[in-house]
Amino acid sequence: MSVLLRLVSLGLMIALWYAASQVAGARLLPTPEAVGLALMAEASSGALLANLAATLLRVAVSFSIAMALGTAFGLAMGRSRIADRVGDPWLVVLLNLPALVIIVLAYVWAGLTEAAAITAVALNKLPLVTVTVREGARSLDRQFDEMAQVFRMSAWVRLRHVVMPQLAPYIAAAARSGLSLVWKIVLIVELLGRPNGVGFEIGVAFQLFDVTRILAYALAFVAVMLAIETLLVQPLERHVARWRPSPA
Amino acid sequence: MSPGGVPAQLDVRIARKDFSAALGGQRSVLADLTFRLGYGEVGALVGPSGCGKTTVLRIIAGLDRDYDGTVQLPHHGRLGVMFQEPRLLPWRTVEDNVRLAAPHASAAALAALFETLGLSTHRQNFPGELSLGLARRVAMARAFAVEPDLLLLDEPFVSLDAALASQLGQALVDLVTRNPVTTLLVTHDVDEAISLADRVFLLSASPCRVIADVPIERPRTTRTADEMAAIRSEIERRRNQAG
Repeated sequence: MSVLLRLVSLGLMIALWYAASQVAGARLLPTPEAVGLALMAEASSGALLANLAATLLRVAVSFSIAMALGTAFGLAMGRSRIADRVGDPWLVVLLNLPALVIIVLAYVWAGLTEAAAITAVALNKLPLVTVTVREGARSLDRQFDEMAQVFRMSAWVRLRHVVMPQLAPYIAAAARSGLSLVWKIVLIVELLGRPNGVGFEIGVAFQLFDVTRILAYALAFVAVMLAIETLLVQPLERHVARWRPSPA
Repeated sequence: MSPGGVPAQLDVRIARKDFSAALGGQRSVLADLTFRLGYGEVGALVGPSGCGKTTVLRIIAGLDRDYDGTVQLPHHGRLGVMFQEPRLLPWRTVEDNVRLAAPHASAAALAALFETLGLSTHRQNFPGELSLGLARRVAMARAFAVEPDLLLLDEPFVSLDAALASQLGQALVDLVTRNPVTTLLVTHDVDEAISLADRVFLLSASPCRVIADVPIERPRTTRTADEMAAIRSEIERRRNQAG
């Protein structure tokens, strides 16, 4: 039933798109089939796959860096008042710097390099992860800390089996909102200073006023992110939450 | 020295323990609280609720260091603790909860422990799937699995019905009989203390101190109603004497 509803909703979207393209004209909004054909052409030339791969790699690397550092900072700031006092001004500054400023400064200071691009994306994402995980670290259950203390559990066991499972929902929330933020910023970084990737291709298409190609890349990218969400993120969340009694 | 001339395993001398009161100022919860337990002895702290029994356990467990006095633990000082709440990690199975606390316990020892406590069929369950009675058993298994030098039990049977409480009490007696371990039990229930302990320490209301140290004769086999009544009236007499 729910699958059927989704298909009906998707069909409605395509129908609406088709109708709109009839009104606006093919130059402003090409029909779904024109976009589909462009997609096939890009795919058969190999360009689509190469650009998707370049973008996904940047997403993966900067996302991992931001998640790892943000979790570490957030945990430290949530558990230690001193770390919180020291780190908070940095957080406020980073949170309020527009993404574009960070990207442009990274390119100015480090050149149009891959390292600058990755750093800029990770820096944009980092404060959000830190804030979310800090919230989780502040709500850690003291009762479990005491239990771990009297049974003399090692630091590693405490982190792995006592602390991280309590942080898991916060980390999952940060990851979920983070993934969509990161790939959007990666496209901007590519547009501004990389010679490949989906963002670069969309930039080129923009200069050529090639709406068909813009939509083809956008569609391909959304499909890939949707696949990652259903095949990777959701099963992972289910695995992490398997100890919870099912609501039924 | 404890009875029998064996060196004390647990020697508690708390001169003073204050809590800051809500409206500022300090309130003494413990004052001149002193008692000792010998090797393998089971002691019970019995007192009115809210008198600071749990605070005594927390101090002995090293969870509260803000007090005047000294606490001497058994030689190696490995602790097995049963908190009032089971405090099981809900995201780990029963078996993993015990293993994480006792990584060096042998598979055979754990199997025997689970068997004694009637947990053999629940090893792969998550704590959320267990009743309170079963969760308490897991907490008890965890406390014994570390092969403690000192066992601390905070109201281990509270809010269980009488049948479950006596089952779990019997399991506890079996375990400490098989492997003698110095044990301190906190309870508000005199009968529970009599049926489990070798010595009962009666505590006063706040500030809390030991007002009587009543030895209970072994063996801990089932006593007749008359015998229970006799011990109870003896404890009552000691309480009145002190008060």
